[in-house]
Amino acid sequence: MRFFRDAGHLFRFAGLFVLAFLVFMGLRYFAVPKTFGQYGHYRAAAIGDIAAHPAKFAGHDACETCHSDVAEKKSHGKHAHVNCEACHGAQYQKLAVPDQPKPGFYQAFLIKIGKALPPDPPILRHADDPTTVKPVLPDTSVLCARCHTASAAKPKGFPQVVPAEHSGGMPCETCHQPHSPAIGSDTSAGGAK
Amino acid sequence: MNLSRRQMLILLPAAAIAYKYALAGTPEESPNYKMSDHWWGMLIDIPKCIGCGNCVRACATENDVPDGHFRTWVERYHRTDDNLTTPEVISPNGGKDGFPVAQEDAGKYFFVPKMCNHCADSPCTQVCPVGATFISPDGVVLVDQKYCLGCAYCVQACPYGCRYIHPEKEVADKCTLCYHRITQGLTTACCESCPTGARQLVDLKDPKDPIHGFLKTHAVQVLKPQMATGSKAFYNELDGSVR
Repeated sequence: MRFFRDAGHLFRFAGLFVLAFLVFMGLRYFAVPKTFGQYGHYRAAAIGDIAAHPAKFAGHDACETCHSDVAEKKSHGKHAHVNCEACHGAQYQKLAVPDQPKPGFYQAFLIKIGKALPPDPPILRHADDPTTVKPVLPDTSVLCARCHTASAAKPKGFPQVVPAEHSGGMPCETCHQPHSPAIGSDTSAGGAK
Repeated sequence: MNLSRRQMLILLPAAAIAYKYALAGTPEESPNYKMSDHWWGMLIDIPKCIGCGNCVRACATENDVPDGHFRTWVERYHRTDDNLTTPEVISPNGGKDGFPVAQEDAGKYFFVPKMCNHCADSPCTQVCPVGATFISPDGVVLVDQKYCLGCAYCVQACPYGCRYIHPEKEVADKCTLCYHRITQGLTTACCESCPTGARQLVDLKDPKDPIHGFLKTHAVQVLKPQMATGSKAFYNELDGSVR
């Protein structure tokens, strides 16, 4: 045992290292999020958080489920490939943020220092509840002009007019029905059943 | 418990596999969506863009983008015949309110919609000191806003200027390629509202996606190819003056 004579201080020091390591591992266990490193150097649960954001545009498939008459009319016209929400916009309303569950220790700390992220307000779409959420009809004078006002910057094949010269102040839908815009193609504007 | 050598040899690998699954935890995906089946990108067809600004407005609505900041924006280029390398570029309010009328002259006008390129080797994710921004297994560059410190390294690192610091949340914010929509089988808000089909969401892992045929037959470029970012925003007929 000559080798270990007078080595007590080394063992005490090594013991301190082991203790410090265990404390570090313990802190690390609580500090590193559970899913960190599942797919890479990031918190895998963040993918789920981002995917949980509410979708406000319902998509044309959702519209066409009920408004099949408009979809049918639109499919024969020049606007066949213009999706409903390109003109009508996202039809939704924001709801009140529900009561949040009691924040944990860390979340409470974040709220206290003003660094907590505000929760996404839940939304209700016309596609989810057509009676509560009434769609707002678009203003054709703004809407048509947005795409069809003549400009040298637009592609040459795209139909363009100088609105003041073209209609002399008459609203576009006097002659063109937006769902099938060729003149005389359809006289009814179409819309909700 | 008495185990034979044979039983032990069968049990050990089975236990190892079970342990691996326990470590992997529960997947954070929608029930019908498998991340490993997708590799998302975007096709931007320059000759189809009319500069209406629908995409910019739709993006701001869908993703609550604060005023004055943009996850996507549209630039209008005007290059004259005698100066092919320094075009005049405008993007008033990101193209959100459309563009002023251009008068016909000797130059060439065209619109270039811009957005996060969802690079496969993105510089922005590499500089993040805390692991708050990352490329998801389906190829979308995302920000974990609960983890982000707001140091803005990534904002500086993005060669395309696609990131900003959210003025209220004080964390990095950027295009998520409408991750909440594409995982539900919807297209992005900008593609949904584009009236001319100038933007198309593409899935490079889907063999039926028309992008494969399109890339075969068209002159498609990415922005700043010399930076080797592995950009997945494919621009059809991009003019050489675009930076």
